[in-house]
Amino acid sequence: MTALSVRNLRKVYTNGTVALKGIDLDVAQGDFFALLGQNGAGKSTTIGIISSLITKTSGKISVLGHDLDLETAQVKSLLGVVPQEMNFSLFEKISDILIFQAGYYGIRRALAIERMEMYLNEMGLWHLRDQPAIQLSGGMKRRLMVARALMNQPKLLILDEPTAGVDVELRHSLWRFLTQLNEQGTTIILTTHYLEEAERLCKNVAIIDGGEIIEKANMKLLINRTSMQTLVFDLELPLFHAPKLDDYQTQLIDELTLEVQIKRGQSINELIQFLNEQNIRIASMRNKTNRLEELFLHLITENKRNKVDEP
Amino acid sequence: MNPRTGFYPNWIAFQTILHREVTRFMRIWPQTLFPPVITMSLYFLIFGKFIGSQIRPIEGYVYIQYLVPGLVLMSIMNNSYANTSASFFLAKFNKSIEEMLIAPLSNLTILLGFMLGGAVRGLLVGLIVLVIGLLFTHIPLMHPLIMLFIAILSAMVFSLGGFINGIYAKRFDDISFIPTFVLTPLTYLGGVFYSTQQLPPLWRQLSWFNPIFSMVDSFRFGILGISDLPSFYGFAVVLLFFLALFAWAWYLLRKGVGIKV
Repeated sequence: MTALSVRNLRKVYTNGTVALKGIDLDVAQGDFFALLGQNGAGKSTTIGIISSLITKTSGKISVLGHDLDLETAQVKSLLGVVPQEMNFSLFEKISDILIFQAGYYGIRRALAIERMEMYLNEMGLWHLRDQPAIQLSGGMKRRLMVARALMNQPKLLILDEPTAGVDVELRHSLWRFLTQLNEQGTTIILTTHYLEEAERLCKNVAIIDGGEIIEKANMKLLINRTSMQTLVFDLELPLFHAPKLDDYQTQLIDELTLEVQIKRGQSINELIQFLNEQNIRIASMRNKTNRLEELFLHLITENKRNKVDEP
Repeated sequence: MNPRTGFYPNWIAFQTILHREVTRFMRIWPQTLFPPVITMSLYFLIFGKFIGSQIRPIEGYVYIQYLVPGLVLMSIMNNSYANTSASFFLAKFNKSIEEMLIAPLSNLTILLGFMLGGAVRGLLVGLIVLVIGLLFTHIPLMHPLIMLFIAILSAMVFSLGGFINGIYAKRFDDISFIPTFVLTPLTYLGGVFYSTQQLPPLWRQLSWFNPIFSMVDSFRFGILGISDLPSFYGFAVVLLFFLALFAWAWYLLRKGVGIKV
């Protein structure tokens, strides 16, 4: 069954800005789906319309078979949303924010208190339950919003940049938690600027640019389409000239850092062998940029170029 | 039917909004409950005791007795209005209104929750002011049901007014404009401090077009048993305003004015 179906969704703001140009999107039940795009591409508008915060100009949305226009309350009861910007009262107690949210979903108080305890523990905020939200750090506020979105135990959870401003350790614990939630059957849609995050967590991906979906694919298949990647080698001994290697482009960044571009189909083992033959000692190796990031930038650039070329 | 939609979940949501509203104004009681106590005590002391002692009785009541109903209703109206306008505007400003907009509760539930939250504050302050008034003078409760009816309905009317103000407000200044330039003049010219019988005929008749005057007059009838207008007039006005403002607020909420783009 489709968890989310979006058909020909358009949004024109009152100032004339066309934010969405008729997008189509399907997210299967149980999917962990990435919606990627640059700032202003239309991600947040899409999420805002799905979560009833923004009025669409035209189009159809359905969640688990329920039409958003005809069965608004049913759709809302199936959704959990973690927005990009903080949207809670800073002066309310953390526990109250969660209990009130459950109340808006018609969840009785006793059950709301049970869930509040469970999700605050899950997010590492239980010890702060009696504090007003204003006393939380940026990362803690994000985790509070994740906990709040789970209070109605949604079937479809939408997260708009949930890890922005969250430190590395907490980001990893949030990733583990979301993966676990997805394994338990919750469909998750994620927007993020950390493409490594999307690559690591998501099974499918859509890329949105200028209000249009320019790519929809399985994450692994998409990444395999990457035509080129740049490897960075940290060297044990200094080099003064970039080595000449057949079929590989090399660039010496400094005496101890060498960059090599390899095309799809070229072997990394072979490359390392060539380097060894030239007595270049490798201390460590990494990708210059994440593969999805390279592909993302490539697709965005190509889309912009196509638009310029259009008569 | 999904278990989270329908009457019972909306009933829980309504209780939640009401609880949240009451918690909010109780948490900041030095800003919400305490100032009216000081202001009204000064009114009773200065206008009631010091100046009032030099004013001849009005329809058999000494001036401070005549003053109490007006000041109680003025407190109810001002506080109901202030609570809802500030609370709704702040919910828009810090975007916490989105917590309700994404949830499956109806617009009617949101409206009733905010409206009654404001009315509870207005009535609580009104009760406090009445108790203070009783410290200064004896008050007969001639028609307690009429008094209660007008108090509750006026609280809801002004709470709805504050809600509509909160919907339209784009800046903090916008929530003080109506109270300062519309409500205060209408209240002060609305028979709180004087009987329209003391006015020249033209001003007396003009006062009858002031809706706040008819509410104050009916409320005074409930407490003291005296009025300048037939008491049904106040009922009719307060009921009419309630229905009109309720319909207006509900329409704005359904349209998403000020809260959706």
